[in-house]
Amino acid sequence: MSNAPVDKGRRRFLTVATSVVGGAGALAAAVPFIASWSPSVRARLAGAPVEMKIDKIEPGQLVRTEWQGRPVWVIRRTPEMLESLSLTDDEVRDPESDQPQQPEYAKNKHRSIDPEWFVAVGVCTHLGCSPQFLPRNFGDMDGVDSGFFCPCHGSRFDIAGRVFQGVPAPTNLVVPPYHFIDDATILIGLGEDEGAV
Amino acid sequence: MSRIMNWIDERIPFSNSLKLHVTQYPAPKNFNFWYIMGSLALVVLVNQIVTGIWLTMNYNPSADGAFASIEYIMRDVDYGWLLRYMHSTGASAFFVVVYLHMFRGLMYGSYQRPRELLWIFGMLIFLVLMAEAFMGYLLPWGQMSFWGAQVIISLFGAIPFVGEDLTTWIRGDFVISGATLNRFFALHVIALPLVLVILVFLHLIALHEVGSNNPDGINIKKPKGSVPDDEKAPFEFHERYTAKKDIVDAIPFHPYYTVKDLVGLAGFLILFAWVIFFAPTMGGFFLEPPNFQAADPMKTPEHIAPVWYFTPFYAILRAIPDKLLGVIAMFLAIVFLFLMPWWDRCKVRSVRYRSTLHKVNLTVFVISFIALGYLGVKPATDVYTIMARIFTFLYFAFFIVMWFYSKNERTKPLPERVTK
Repeated sequence: MSNAPVDKGRRRFLTVATSVVGGAGALAAAVPFIASWSPSVRARLAGAPVEMKIDKIEPGQLVRTEWQGRPVWVIRRTPEMLESLSLTDDEVRDPESDQPQQPEYAKNKHRSIDPEWFVAVGVCTHLGCSPQFLPRNFGDMDGVDSGFFCPCHGSRFDIAGRVFQGVPAPTNLVVPPYHFIDDATILIGLGEDEGAV
Repeated sequence: MSRIMNWIDERIPFSNSLKLHVTQYPAPKNFNFWYIMGSLALVVLVNQIVTGIWLTMNYNPSADGAFASIEYIMRDVDYGWLLRYMHSTGASAFFVVVYLHMFRGLMYGSYQRPRELLWIFGMLIFLVLMAEAFMGYLLPWGQMSFWGAQVIISLFGAIPFVGEDLTTWIRGDFVISGATLNRFFALHVIALPLVLVILVFLHLIALHEVGSNNPDGINIKKPKGSVPDDEKAPFEFHERYTAKKDIVDAIPFHPYYTVKDLVGLAGFLILFAWVIFFAPTMGGFFLEPPNFQAADPMKTPEHIAPVWYFTPFYAILRAIPDKLLGVIAMFLAIVFLFLMPWWDRCKVRSVRYRSTLHKVNLTVFVISFIALGYLGVKPATDVYTIMARIFTFLYFAFFIVMWFYSKNERTKPLPERVTK
């Protein structure tokens, strides 16, 4: 031990330098702990596209399948259902589908490739419940008998999955990428000219 | 015996700590019924930890096995049903005593200076408790477990820009899956209980540093030398407390309040046991009917309601017709409670000596909280939504109105000494 006076500047430099290096080390050590919470490779691979037969679906019927662990609806809409879309135009938040909730080829009034077939992820855009399909008795609007109603917080969507004004859900239902392989088969999870995910 | 004690005391401050915090801790002598909730909360915490450890011995934390392992515990494990009902009833009991404990604090101004940190540690305990209860509720992997978790995790999706990625990160998958279940299990049985126990420790240390408040909200520690000897409390208190203050109207925590708390505990255990044996689901409020079905990611139950202790905050979330604002309002409802010591600018603590306005305000707040709790279990119809908005408004008004009137509040004169 020497009796030399304390060099405060030097002590301060060493304290700061040690703290910075130690802090950086602690941050770097946190990376694996935080990153390990992300979806694993297995979970990511489970997001592969799914094929579905649609030739047995009746008009006005909804059939569910599972893609990326989420329910996907395929609905064969009746002409009355399609007509009701012009009535709900003024009642929905985003009638032109300006929000990016669908692929480019479904950005139209009926939000689908073929007006008759509506494909959507059956998850409410509010807090993730799965809305109910109401093919009739949807509400008190004349000429609009069908739509979707989320039982959790009362959000309502028309038969093209467009969200009504004044409900908690902020955006239209999500339309997944999909295309028709032939008249009887649909592939959900991949658009017509897209490569593998 | 005393030789063993001496041996220990020369190595750790055992006797001294016991005196400081138990046998020579001065507690105001006028504690009433409301003051048993803290020790009851401790008992429930021990119940949760012990029954929880036993449940993990048979529980299988995987999406394939969780639901079946709960059925196994309920049907095939000896006394498994009892351990599980003690744990599930304990969760609700925890919130019952904690809500009453918090109400006591609001009534008697126990958050006011110098007890701000004590209050904040308490609020942190409440927050961790909510996280703990939420994650525990996913573990049975029933329909309500799954969809309740789906809704709560989606709350984070309301955060602009990073929301969606954040929810995926929390879930560890694109939907709630076995990955979510496993991490919730780890947090529920290890991480959060550790945090909880540390916070409880800090809460008690903070309490013993500033001393307990009482129903009159007046100090029982007077300036040194201001009290004649025959008026001082006739007990031996630890010199930590008597060195700088003269203590009046106090009794040692042990044996006086330990015995009183035992009476409270006996009453509590009668109610607790009644629920466990005669109404473990409490008509769907402690364990909800959809949770007796295994989780089905393809089908949302008709009506989703959280367990009763979350419903007041859930009703606030639903009352607001905008996703982000609804989430913000729900979190603000808790943040506002955190800030209680700063909303209330009055120097008088106890509701006994405060203005009529304050009494009305506190009453309206309690009614709003209970009404929101009721609305939170009901479906979101038009009438209920409007009511939820009114009570949400009143909930927040409690704090803001108080900030205005409490500064120059017309209070009653405080007594010199605690009343009977």
